[in-house]
Amino acid sequence: MTDLLTLLLVGTGLLFYLAGSIGLLRLPDLYTRLHALTKADNLGLGLLVAGLALQAENPAAVLKLVLVWLLVLAASGTGAHLIARRARRGEDRP
Amino acid sequence: MSGPPGLLLDGLLALLLLGLAAAVITSREPLRGVILFIAFGLLLALVWARLGAPDVALAEAAIGAGLSGALLLAAARDERGEAAQPSTGRPGTVLLALLAAGFGLVLAWALAASLPAADPVRLAGAVAEQLPRSGVTNPVTAVLLNFRAYDTLLELAVLLVALLGINALGAERPAYGPAPALLSGLAGWLVPLLLLTGAYLLWAGAHAPGGAFQAGALVAAAGVLLRLAGVRAAGLPAGLPLRLAAAGGVGLFLAVGLAVTLAGNAFLQYPADAAGLLILLIESAAVAAIAAALVIAFLGGEPERWSPPRDRSRSGEA
Repeated sequence: MTDLLTLLLVGTGLLFYLAGSIGLLRLPDLYTRLHALTKADNLGLGLLVAGLALQAENPAAVLKLVLVWLLVLAASGTGAHLIARRARRGEDRP
Repeated sequence: MSGPPGLLLDGLLALLLLGLAAAVITSREPLRGVILFIAFGLLLALVWARLGAPDVALAEAAIGAGLSGALLLAAARDERGEAAQPSTGRPGTVLLALLAAGFGLVLAWALAASLPAADPVRLAGAVAEQLPRSGVTNPVTAVLLNFRAYDTLLELAVLLVALLGINALGAERPAYGPAPALLSGLAGWLVPLLLLTGAYLLWAGAHAPGGAFQAGALVAAAGVLLRLAGVRAAGLPAGLPLRLAAAGGVGLFLAVGLAVTLAGNAFLQYPADAAGLLILLIESAAVAAIAAALVIAFLGGEPERWSPPRDRSRSGEA
């Protein structure tokens, strides 16, 4: 049962990565590409972590996995903000 | 994980690594090449982890991808100001390519010559045998800080010389402008976490993957983050403490090495019962020195705070 749930969660997470990668390659401009990319980081990694946490041997491992997710959330959110902001500034300038 | 799935993963990693390496070399735009190089470093760290070398994986991720990536990004930023010249076609490039190809051939020859040796020298057994006398239980730390401490001492000396060379380049790069609130906020809670993880790696190096170089790289990463977030001095102390931190790695190492000779041992041959403590002392000083050198490398010149404030005011009057 746990294994099935893990498979389901990790599989869904991989779908998000696939969609994010396709979006990164195919979407027309920087903002929409960022949108696709951060979905993969946030939800895709979250689902992966949830799936792997079910297989963890002890609570400490679960905490480490969740910490990885939180760090990536903070870093990718900030990174996306900085990239978008910079691009926006560049557009304003003639 | 071994067997077909593991083999598939390893094969995929190796192919990706080669592909990324080719992309880095053939990239026309410096910034693009640097970003690909960072991806290459992270993937290489994964490969080291798959090869069962977590110490090397940590160092590759922290120094090879992280810090080198930051340095190269800063260099690419500098270059954008100047007129970008196409790098191909210059005579130096051809010479470099020839040298690199020659070096690659020598490496391939060395690998081919050492592989079929019937009775290769295996040092792992000797290390395992002597491990109880080293003062630590992590064989990598035992080799780096005890059995081959001389090499590590010279590595720290190289780092110190590099720092002095960077200082000789002139004043540091102009500071970054004030950062957006979001980046300052991220730095506010990432920096303590980086310092904590650095301290943990320093402590854990005695019995698990970790050690001074990885810890120093994390502390330096905290400095780089502070600099990017608009903190002018990147968290470096001023004047004498900064100079002491930079020179302390080599200084304390030499002091310990000489002190044990007073007790009748050879240079850097620690007494077995004090070895653990001495290694921790040397590594602590090394973390500060490595972090200072890497942050100053990121600043790209002599930091404003290198000279004590007193000296600067005097030279200003003169």
